[in-house]
Amino acid sequence: MDSEVVFKQEFEINGGDFVNAGESASKLKNILKEIGIDTDIIRRLAIAAYEAEVNVVTYARHGIMRILIYPEKILLTVEDEGQGIKDIDLAMQPGYSTATDEIREMGFGAGLGLPNMKKNADIFNISSTVDKGTKLEITMNLNDKNVRD
Amino acid sequence: MKLKEIIKCLNLNCKVLCEDPNLDIDIEFAIASDLMSDILATAKPGELLLTGLVHNSVIRTCEITGINAVIFVRNKKPPDETIKLAKNCKIPVLLTDLTMFETCGILFSKGLKGIHIERAD
Repeated sequence: MDSEVVFKQEFEINGGDFVNAGESASKLKNILKEIGIDTDIIRRLAIAAYEAEVNVVTYARHGIMRILIYPEKILLTVEDEGQGIKDIDLAMQPGYSTATDEIREMGFGAGLGLPNMKKNADIFNISSTVDKGTKLEITMNLNDKNVRD
Repeated sequence: MKLKEIIKCLNLNCKVLCEDPNLDIDIEFAIASDLMSDILATAKPGELLLTGLVHNSVIRTCEITGINAVIFVRNKKPPDETIKLAKNCKIPVLLTDLTMFETCGILFSKGLKGIHIERAD
């Protein structure tokens, strides 16, 4: 069973808002810094959050990023309402992409987002329903020194 | 190498775009790409980024990965919103009319290193 949540926060992500893509990941990074989380964990989680946020902006209508901090772990979930992913195994392959020109102009859409999220996460889970949306769960394990009471 | 020494290496071909930049920051490594996905997958904190992309996603990528400074190559001028975001994030941004290859070549020959990517296999 999960232990008590020490901190939680939600961020809204709007589909198509390419100008502000990354703002939630940036806020998240600053929050984790203030809490005093290990810098390597912050960096890996911020990268995964940024990739996830760019995906919501690109492929979904709307999304919610939630951060839950427990004494022993951080759980980041990103849930969106959108087109979903038809074949997750294919989407996880580096280089596979269905990106639009708009996102390619931002330097994304190379088919590296999901594999990079998985690489940076301690535990990575993804589920998706076509025409409904996608849910990502990224867990980072903490040791005792990471979260102060 | 300090950022001001990097500017010196690039001679008159380099212009500082931000106000009151900290030119004393130390840069040991550099990464060069127009693909932010690549940078997110490989960058190390404290690096210098060389890129021809001027979207504000470049600055977000630097902020998220801990990249210390950016040089826009090929004389590609970033829009005001990119410079504004760089200012808010305290990331110095420079502009050069040299190509990516020339900029990399000059800085590499002056001792700036690239990062080594570990192979998965």
